[in-house]
Amino acid sequence: MDLTDWLIALHVLAAFSLVAALVLFSVVIAIGWGRDRPSEILSLFRVSRVGDVLFAVGAIGTILFGVWLAIQMDEYGIFDGWVIAALVLWALLMETGRREGKLYGRSRDRARELAGAGDVSDGGLLELQRSQPALLFHVASCVLALLLILDMIWKPGA
Amino acid sequence: MSVLAVIRPDDWNFPLLVHVFGAMVLIGGLVTALAFQLIGWRPQEPAAAASLARWSFWSLLFVAFPAWWVMRIGAQWIYSKENWDSVSEEPTWLGIGWITSEGGGVFLLVGIILAGVGARRLGRGGGGSSTLVRISAILVTIALVAYVITTWAMSGKPA
Repeated sequence: MDLTDWLIALHVLAAFSLVAALVLFSVVIAIGWGRDRPSEILSLFRVSRVGDVLFAVGAIGTILFGVWLAIQMDEYGIFDGWVIAALVLWALLMETGRREGKLYGRSRDRARELAGAGDVSDGGLLELQRSQPALLFHVASCVLALLLILDMIWKPGA
Repeated sequence: MSVLAVIRPDDWNFPLLVHVFGAMVLIGGLVTALAFQLIGWRPQEPAAAASLARWSFWSLLFVAFPAWWVMRIGAQWIYSKENWDSVSEEPTWLGIGWITSEGGGVFLLVGIILAGVGARRLGRGGGGSSTLVRISAILVTIALVAYVITTWAMSGKPA
């Protein structure tokens, strides 16, 4: 394997890490949708920490190895249309992911407070778990990730 | 190999998408199930242990298992598109793919059964069932490691 092959492998592995994080968050959101017991919600947030690590590794790996590849390979350039589209999609994905994390962070903080005060739920926690904006940002993240995969496979204009 | 990827015909793209997307969701499902299993590995109160075991079972059954089929169908489809069946000696990376997809599928299936039985027993308050969930976690870990190595082999295409 030469340097280009290694860069492709690491870029793809990073992309897998990013999508694995989104799958994990989707499962956690689906399971937590109808739950309001604080200790249960906290268990789900402990699992979502694994997703946070995967997302960070995937985000850094995809951009780092992706840009390096675009520079390294003669066939592609950093200013190719499909590469620019990928960079824009990546940036949007980071922003939707950040906003989603911020909104679900409120639910985690509320669950911590309630778990420390007798593990009794209140309506507010369920409302935070079912936050429509947070769900919309998550769906947007998944759609952006899918568009990134389509762009990477089809490479329109290449 | 990178040059080969550049000149890939357009009609290979959709089967490749099916294969790659299935593999990505498969790894996501395995990671999710494993995270639940590892958090539940330590002694927990019975209700929490039962919930974690059940969620790991759901992740395997409703995410990883269907994704394995999508990955596997996509693999066969792209294999046929690329005419590998007419090649006398397959490259190493393809061999790794066959072995791990089939072998990992068996580990996944046994892991699902053990996780399901373990979760059911924990839910009923029975003893000793956490051992089944722990064995499932070991099988899921092996499958996950195999699939990560396969992802490296399929994308980097060594030898």
